[in-house]
Amino acid sequence: MADSLLKTANLQAWYGESHALHGIDIEVREGEVVTLLGRNGAGKTSTLRAIMGLIGRRTGSVRFEGKELINARSDIIARAGIALCPEERGIFASLDVTENLMLPPVVRPGGMSIAEIHTLFPNLKERARSPGTKLSGGEQQMLAIARILRTGARLLMLDEPTEGLAPVIVQQIGHTIREIKQRGFTVLLVEQNFRFAQTVADRHYVIDHGQVVDHLDNAEMANSAERLHQYLGV
Amino acid sequence: MIEDILFQLELGLPQVVLGLVNGAFYALLSLGLAVIFGMLNVINFAHGAQFMMGAFVAWMLLAWGGIGYWWALVLSPLIVGAFGIVIEKLLISRLYKLDHLYGLLLTFGLALIIEGVFRNQFGSSGLPYSPPESLGGPPVDLGFMFLPKYRLWVVVASLVVSLATWLVIEKTRLGAYLRAATENAALVQAFGVNVPRMVTLTYAAGVALAAFAGVLAAPIYSVNPQMGSSLIITVFAVVVIGGMGSILGSVLTGFGLGLVEGLAKVFYPEASSTVIFVIMAIVLLARPAGLFGRA
Repeated sequence: MADSLLKTANLQAWYGESHALHGIDIEVREGEVVTLLGRNGAGKTSTLRAIMGLIGRRTGSVRFEGKELINARSDIIARAGIALCPEERGIFASLDVTENLMLPPVVRPGGMSIAEIHTLFPNLKERARSPGTKLSGGEQQMLAIARILRTGARLLMLDEPTEGLAPVIVQQIGHTIREIKQRGFTVLLVEQNFRFAQTVADRHYVIDHGQVVDHLDNAEMANSAERLHQYLGV
Repeated sequence: MIEDILFQLELGLPQVVLGLVNGAFYALLSLGLAVIFGMLNVINFAHGAQFMMGAFVAWMLLAWGGIGYWWALVLSPLIVGAFGIVIEKLLISRLYKLDHLYGLLLTFGLALIIEGVFRNQFGSSGLPYSPPESLGGPPVDLGFMFLPKYRLWVVVASLVVSLATWLVIEKTRLGAYLRAATENAALVQAFGVNVPRMVTLTYAAGVALAAFAGVLAAPIYSVNPQMGSSLIITVFAVVVIGGMGSILGSVLTGFGLGLVEGLAKVFYPEASSTVIFVIMAIVLLARPAGLFGRA
């Protein structure tokens, strides 16, 4: 079994007074695609934000390649090799597509080249000079993913990349995730759509009320539909 | 009628050109304010005091160290910028989570303290500072007027520095960080950029721009503790008209309003000191975000 890349232990987090995470224990191994499933407000996004150091206060442990990052600032965490593609995509309106793409500094060797990114996402090449937010929702999502492929980060955290997109775009994003897995990236994916998650992931954690409530291998997914329905309320 | 106006304009053209010199200072100072506001969301009321410090440091370098104008033009912004770093680290950085108003009050208080210290030390009558020899000598003949070389230099220097600042912000990687961090600082930091340090250096750069303008001003106005506070009120009006945080807007508005002031001196001198504020009132009513601001 591959080495653990990311391991959290009793990760708790607060937004001001509100206690969002009540002890998250997850592990992501090198080269895996792991999803966090759960309903709205269960704590999936908060888990990613807590790992990235983007939350008011956090306690517990976040180890990345064995290095403790619980007290590190978010720029240090990024430099360690973790990258986030946020739920709201975070495309900058005052930057054009190329500037958006080139914005995150390279933190390690091994990221994708611009040529490779343009092969994977031809639209980004065509629209290189458009302002970032003039792209369609799907293109913005592609840009938000492409942006962190360049940096050499080992762990890519994607927060609901399929949200609000047309089925054909969702398929394209699924293809992209399988492609980046093949290239050796490790992915931690937040999803509400477990059917989509099933097509790309190796393992799944189910999160509810700020805690991990279940853990499934992808092979178990088909037989666990009822269990999942219960958790996800769908 | 038209001939009358043209005749008056011809007589008044020198005033218009001098207006451009004032505009050069408005542009540099409002540029610094815009850079600082864009990144820190702080209205830097100490800007006038930092402009004054720039002039004083140039004077001190000459009087105490025998260091001349050209070196002062480089050293004074660096020294006052370093002072800005201390101010930001020590005081302003504690206020980012609070309302704009606190930053405004803090920097206003700082301005009063700095001015008080300089008045106490140097008195308020003003100290002389001569232009460098290479910019002295006979005025330049523009055809319709003679303009002291030094004033021409001020306009050129201000244009060059404004253009360079704009290029850095719009066309470089550092500028892309700045623009992105203005929109969403937390995300830029999560990409691995040391945003707190960038904020500190941005404040220092804005302050250095004020000090640069101060050195430029030293040979024109006498070096005195009030030189900043009298100018800065007009500059704030310029910033409001141009639109808070707009780089190009602050430069164009700075030069534009200098010209308007000059024109007012020709056609209706009584209004020359108030015309900018009248324009400000109209702009605020018609376009509250300013001429170049994004609402």
